[in-house]
Amino acid sequence: MLELKGIKKTFNPGTVNEKTALRDLSLELADGDFATIIGSNGAGKSTMFGAIAGTFFPDEGQVLLDGEDITFVREHVRSHYIGRLFQDPLTGTAPNMTIEENLSVAYLRASAGKKGIFSRITRREKEFFHEKLSLLGMGLEDRMTNPVGLLSGGQRQALTLLMATVVTPRILLLDEHTAALDPATAAKVLELTRQIVEERKITCMMVTHNMEQALELGSRTLMMSDGRIVFDAAGSVRDGMTVEDLLRRFAEQAGKKLNNDRILLSTEEGK
Amino acid sequence: MGHFLTVQIIQTALEIGLIYSLIALSLFISFSILNICDLSTDGCYTLGCAVGAVVTISGHPFLAIPASMAAGVCSGFVTALLQTRFGVQSILAGIIVNTGLYTVNLAVMGFSSNLSIFGTDTIFSLAKGLSSAAWWQSWYKLILLGCIVLVVCLVLYWFLGTRLGLSIRATGDSPAMVRASSINPAFTITVGLCISNSLTGLAGSLIAQYNKTSDINLGTGMVTIALASLVIGESLSRKRHMAVRIACVLAGSCLYRLIVSLALRLNIPTEAFKLVSAVIVAIALILPSAKSMIALNLKKRRMKAPGQRGGNGHA
Repeated sequence: MLELKGIKKTFNPGTVNEKTALRDLSLELADGDFATIIGSNGAGKSTMFGAIAGTFFPDEGQVLLDGEDITFVREHVRSHYIGRLFQDPLTGTAPNMTIEENLSVAYLRASAGKKGIFSRITRREKEFFHEKLSLLGMGLEDRMTNPVGLLSGGQRQALTLLMATVVTPRILLLDEHTAALDPATAAKVLELTRQIVEERKITCMMVTHNMEQALELGSRTLMMSDGRIVFDAAGSVRDGMTVEDLLRRFAEQAGKKLNNDRILLSTEEGK
Repeated sequence: MGHFLTVQIIQTALEIGLIYSLIALSLFISFSILNICDLSTDGCYTLGCAVGAVVTISGHPFLAIPASMAAGVCSGFVTALLQTRFGVQSILAGIIVNTGLYTVNLAVMGFSSNLSIFGTDTIFSLAKGLSSAAWWQSWYKLILLGCIVLVVCLVLYWFLGTRLGLSIRATGDSPAMVRASSINPAFTITVGLCISNSLTGLAGSLIAQYNKTSDINLGTGMVTIALASLVIGESLSRKRHMAVRIACVLAGSCLYRLIVSLALRLNIPTEAFKLVSAVIVAIALILPSAKSMIALNLKKRRMKAPGQRGGNGHA
């Protein structure tokens, strides 16, 4: 179980650029929960992910994973059990390395400590990667020695998804990971995400700007505003909700209208 | 032509080229793979040379090689420490270490600016004594250096395919991915720079024994030369397979020395040598963009040319 307790974070304190990104953020996420997160621009969605992943240390508050305090555990240590995908499909992979090499770097999380740092990729691992890649249905399994830089954005994001989950993470953080892809590819990557998360019951949080997606996917929807969670819908409350309900609830709870340029566009599309 | 470019000249160019290729490989690790500008090369090379000369003079030419490499590792470790632990920018960290090394190098050489290796064996004199055959007597330096560089390349190639090597490559290629893959970038950068500088130290040790001398100003401008070799090599390989890239760095270094030898044969005065080097480096750096500029101009001309059918640009 992931717990955030009263997290506060101010960037550039004491300067003109001072920005309080998180104020008193608290959250409990049970094992196997799949939470979708929506909110205005600058509501602190990505900052919350940063606090969970350890990109920065919070000014106040605690991050607990299964009861263990990981507030000040460093980012690369946390990445042993926290998988992440970013909006930019180019950030999650190394373009000048081959698909196989990228996967084996990601697979280090599994072998850390067990195998020597001077060992090479084994044939067994190659077969394992081949099998995993074929599940993506993109033909990447036949291009394992190609540099990743030659792949399309969608293929790279699918590969990143595979890399983040090749060792099942305890938490998977998806930060608008389909936003930069064209609609057809986005749908495909999203479907893969749903499959992998459901199959392995991964505890997952996904930021999205698509309101319908937020209600459709997962088991819980969080709305953020001004560095806090203002609305948390799960179970029967969430089941019958429409996008209009969601927008209304947001306005009630946050005391202002939802202000996210991309959200407005995507709800227009949805109608 | 036969007199213009003798076997002797080519041979010397290849020998020096092989020694310098170790520095080019060092920059290949720091500059191309780790994407870090390590400007401590000049000082580190002189350090390797000074340590190599001192140990050789004391009668241990073989020990001089690991000693110089260890000195290079120390230098690389300090550069890495400044960057990773204390957040100093990589260029500044390199310059600071480079400046500090000047005094260190003087101290290693017993506060004299010049050391000569007289009366003791070097790895070259030992190799020379292995056989009295005529071909060996004229080629032993090149063969010995070739073997050393070959071993270094094989080890480097093997290393870059290991888990640690892949992590180092990923660190330079995609920092975000590395942090998400449980790799500590501070660790990989440190290991990478230590290995990189150990190669520079090795080159210094070899040049000390090759020239039988060590000079405090030996390393000046070395980073430019090595960078030129690297750029020539990388433009040959176009980022293909790792083995090809390593081989091309070697080829680039030897090619660079050949170009310099040619330039010197054109009776360019020795005072102008640095300028000639800089011009060669500049040309090597300009070449890729010049190529695409010329290609674009040709294409434009083709498409504008009157009386062409269609205008789809396929001439």
